[in-house]
Amino acid sequence: MARLNARIPEGPVASKWSDYKSSCKLVNPSNKRKLDIIVVGTGLAGASAAASLGELGYKVKVFCYQDSPRRAHSIAAQGGINAAKNYPNDGDSAFRLFYDTIKGGDYRAREANVYRLAQVSNQIIDLCVAQGVPFAREYGGLLANRSFGGAQVSRTFYARGQTGQQLLLGAYSALSRQIALGNVTLFNRRDVLDTVLVDGKARGVITRNLVTGEIERHAAHAVVLASGGYGNVFFLSTNAMGSNVTPAWSAFKKGAMFANPCFTQIHPTCIPVHGDTQSKLTLMSESLRNDGRIWVPLKKKDVEKLRNRSIKPSDIPEEDRDYYLERRYPAFGNLVPRDVASRAAKERCDAGFGVGTTGVAVYLDFADAIKRKGHDTIDALYGNLFQMYEQIVAENPYETPMMIYPAVHYTMGGLWVDYELMTTIPGLFAIGECNFSDHGANRLGASALMQGLADGYFVLPYTIGNYLAAEIHTPRFDTDASEFTIAAQGVTDRLKKMKESAGKESVDSFHRRLGKIMWEYCGMARNDAGLTEALYQITELRHEYARGVRIPGGFDEYNPELEKACRVADFIELGELMVRDAQQRKESCGGHFREEYQTSEGEALRNDERFAFVSAWEYKGREVAASLNREDLQFNEIKLSQRSYK
Amino acid sequence: MFLYSSITKKVLMALAGLFLVTFLSVHLGINLMLLKNDGGRLFTEAATFMGSNALIKVFEVVLFAGFLLHIAVGLVVSGQNKSARPSPYAVSNSSDTSPLSKYMFHTGIIVFIFLLLHFFDFYFIKIGLVAPPPGIAIHDFYSRTLLLFSTPWYSLLYIFCFIALGIHLNHAIQSAFQTLGWNHGKYMDAVKFLGSAYSLVITAGFALVPICILFFKH
Amino acid sequence: MNFTLKIWRQKNVEAKGELVTYDVSGISPDSSFFEMLDTLNQTLIMTGGDPVAFDHDCREGICGTCSLYINGRPHGPVKGVTTCQLHMRSFAHGNTIHIEPWRAKAFPIIRDLVVDRSALDKIIQAGGYVSVNTGGVPDANTIPIPKEKSEAAMDAAACIGCGACVAACSNAAAMLFIGAKISHLALLPQGRVEAAKRVQKMVACVDTLGFGNCSNTYACEAECPKGISVVNIARMNREFIGAKLFSEKEKVIKVSF
Repeated sequence: MARLNARIPEGPVASKWSDYKSSCKLVNPSNKRKLDIIVVGTGLAGASAAASLGELGYKVKVFCYQDSPRRAHSIAAQGGINAAKNYPNDGDSAFRLFYDTIKGGDYRAREANVYRLAQVSNQIIDLCVAQGVPFAREYGGLLANRSFGGAQVSRTFYARGQTGQQLLLGAYSALSRQIALGNVTLFNRRDVLDTVLVDGKARGVITRNLVTGEIERHAAHAVVLASGGYGNVFFLSTNAMGSNVTPAWSAFKKGAMFANPCFTQIHPTCIPVHGDTQSKLTLMSESLRNDGRIWVPLKKKDVEKLRNRSIKPSDIPEEDRDYYLERRYPAFGNLVPRDVASRAAKERCDAGFGVGTTGVAVYLDFADAIKRKGHDTIDALYGNLFQMYEQIVAENPYETPMMIYPAVHYTMGGLWVDYELMTTIPGLFAIGECNFSDHGANRLGASALMQGLADGYFVLPYTIGNYLAAEIHTPRFDTDASEFTIAAQGVTDRLKKMKESAGKESVDSFHRRLGKIMWEYCGMARNDAGLTEALYQITELRHEYARGVRIPGGFDEYNPELEKACRVADFIELGELMVRDAQQRKESCGGHFREEYQTSEGEALRNDERFAFVSAWEYKGREVAASLNREDLQFNEIKLSQRSYK
Repeated sequence: MFLYSSITKKVLMALAGLFLVTFLSVHLGINLMLLKNDGGRLFTEAATFMGSNALIKVFEVVLFAGFLLHIAVGLVVSGQNKSARPSPYAVSNSSDTSPLSKYMFHTGIIVFIFLLLHFFDFYFIKIGLVAPPPGIAIHDFYSRTLLLFSTPWYSLLYIFCFIALGIHLNHAIQSAFQTLGWNHGKYMDAVKFLGSAYSLVITAGFALVPICILFFKH
Repeated sequence: MNFTLKIWRQKNVEAKGELVTYDVSGISPDSSFFEMLDTLNQTLIMTGGDPVAFDHDCREGICGTCSLYINGRPHGPVKGVTTCQLHMRSFAHGNTIHIEPWRAKAFPIIRDLVVDRSALDKIIQAGGYVSVNTGGVPDANTIPIPKEKSEAAMDAAACIGCGACVAACSNAAAMLFIGAKISHLALLPQGRVEAAKRVQKMVACVDTLGFGNCSNTYACEAECPKGISVVNIARMNREFIGAKLFSEKEKVIKVSF
């Protein structure tokens, strides 16, 4: 097992980033004009990076599979964005935000990166306000904050239940300005299907124009992947239908290591599954847990009556309800981190106390909050979420408790990057959810928006300069070079081969099967036997997919089935890697819960002695298992302890 | 005209329209004098004043300009609107909006046709383009009016045209306020109410004259 | 539940399209509209047919990707939701449902129900931003903003850019879309600085893209899945008139280095 070096600057953690910024190499403005950068993805990370790099004077090409950069799935984030502003005067600081993030991540994140994240968090809020993001305000006209899971201070800034949307529109507007100025060129409706390396450095991408089907070549001095997470490996998730791992996976196959793939976050407050044709899960913001109380009945007979609808939830008296989070975690109550809340819901449902017609749901009850704060206050805080719930479920949450159940939401794993956000391929950077670096084994609420924007606005623009300073003599690349021709041919051949299989089963059907395997064996709880079974089933599925998938339509036209086919092929391969990673990590931490490793009270049991490292997987070939490398995590600022929210 | 931005065109239309709206109340006032049982003396006096006063003469030109502007811009805007959706929907729109607001162009055409008719009947006679019917003097609008309205089909056509105008105005008045940026939560409801009331008064007022003549003057 | 679908099929932008009839059965009332279309597509794929292309992505009503003109209404019969949040329980068993793409000169059809809405991006590129660069901005709490102003800005900023306003408008005008963006920024002190310039640039841009003019029928407001008010169009008009009449003339200062 090789050891990886994250190239973390020397010195105390609080001054690493300022020291780095003062000493990193710079590119002068006239040279920036001669340097091209490709950015893949236009979510918070991609759009903010492309805009900032364009402002600096680089020539940027930005790609998205959506019809507009504004539609990237960051837009769906509801709750908020953290920053250590300490506006409410409740004792927050960069160190506390850093501490909470490391602890929330169950001590599997890199200290230096997380500290930097906490440090730049305040700048994000300043910039977003300057862009015109309409954050919620108090009557005095100053910014409002609310509390969020995993923290005891109120540090979350929000714009109703649409914070992600407003932040993304801010980044999108900055990006639009750069497009208008000619610094950034937009390529929408493009799938990035391969990364091109020239002499070992990332120098371009191969894309498919989703409208015409044309395979296109694009060259640059550096490539930035901001293509998001891989939650759709589970088929049912809160990700967008088009969210995919393909750009990252193609980079993996070209030599970029993939870190901690098994770290996936299951979000506790989603709308439960209704049936077999379901295509997508909808998240209800975690902020609901500020006022909602989670419970299931204490008695099995009440459960029966609820399921056959002979009683209503409100008929169950207070003493017959089990507010299990408040019972198990008195200090944090309903505000425990996501992984803890999700597992607790699964535990109750597995024990037979789940409600709803399917028995896989728990109640999130606002009756007390409505009594305490009044209908209007609750409406102002959560009105749009309540509406959304009523629209989907056809029940009014003001009158009857919401039903929720955990669902796949976020992936902490991703491409391995060093302190400069560069992958193991020189010149290939990964930012936002696409990389692995800041959330360890579990992400705290309102931290994804913070990380995406921190990477794009405030980190990458410095670190990419440090790399590009050595590239100022490299002329622009010719996309007729053999490396591009070979890569483009490879993509074409792959698509042809996939389509030739002329099978009998649709892409979606395979995807659904993959999702079932992953959820069953590599979901909220995992064990060795199950993972072995999953590995076997996924290998089978992969072979079946190769000969049995049916893809209608042609190459040279708009063909959504062909798009999906590429994505699902990559998801199947990724699924295998996730299972291997989950199998090697013989401990429980954060979102990774191995049933063999738990305390007597059923809490995650870490093994810091053996597993305080980042697992980074290296591609070895089609039929060969990926090999494991490790980056040992050093904790100098924070003492490792068992997470306790009691 | 094509060079003006969409909002400028709309503002011109709104301003011209509002001017025409105020003119209507003046015209209505004079028309209602017909109903005074004095053999048309008051009405003729007013008509003579309107035909001879220098200031009114200037306003007459402004009025024509207003009509032409309103109509010309309306035609351009409608043409652009048509070409903005070259292939229509198979199922026509069933959005929850005031259905009559979509027929501004159609009601406008009806009003325009009426206007032409009206010019032939009165204005062109006054300026000598068209000869008056036998037995009626050039400036005797009173007799001319009585003659026209005593024909039932003409009166019905007249009333029909004013209903079209009422529908046009009902949308147009609040629409002009919206176009000029005067939509505000505090008073928009009042604007809409007054606009509807005004268009009702105009339609009813103008229709009153032929009704009275048909039913009471014989 | 069973339904008869009449869906617009069109191979590409040049091809002639037509309404084609399909029957679907066994649909759960809890299915979303797209899950119903997924079911149809699975059947089409299995029987060697050509699946229907439609735009969709987040399926939770916020990304603005989905479109569809359903029975004469953008985003279907339920007020205040996008097509992806429309559920089959909103239709009656046995209904015939007409599904068409959004039609406007500015939105060319790519295939079947998929249209190209990049005109909306061009409008934002013309000025839908505050010209600040990353870094060098004041502390977020430097300028207090009255809560009602900030809420009104948020109301306008809630636009998801789906284009339902254009699809609903009898003139295929984009005035609600552009009015919302202009209002959002004009209501905030940060956006005020460039307000006069922005409104002129954005209106000039929208006029070149083939959209119609506003005739205040307010179908846009009735169909907007986010309930954006036409008050925003009036505010844009006010901003525009004010800018044309009273804004300072911009001096072009040539600087040579």
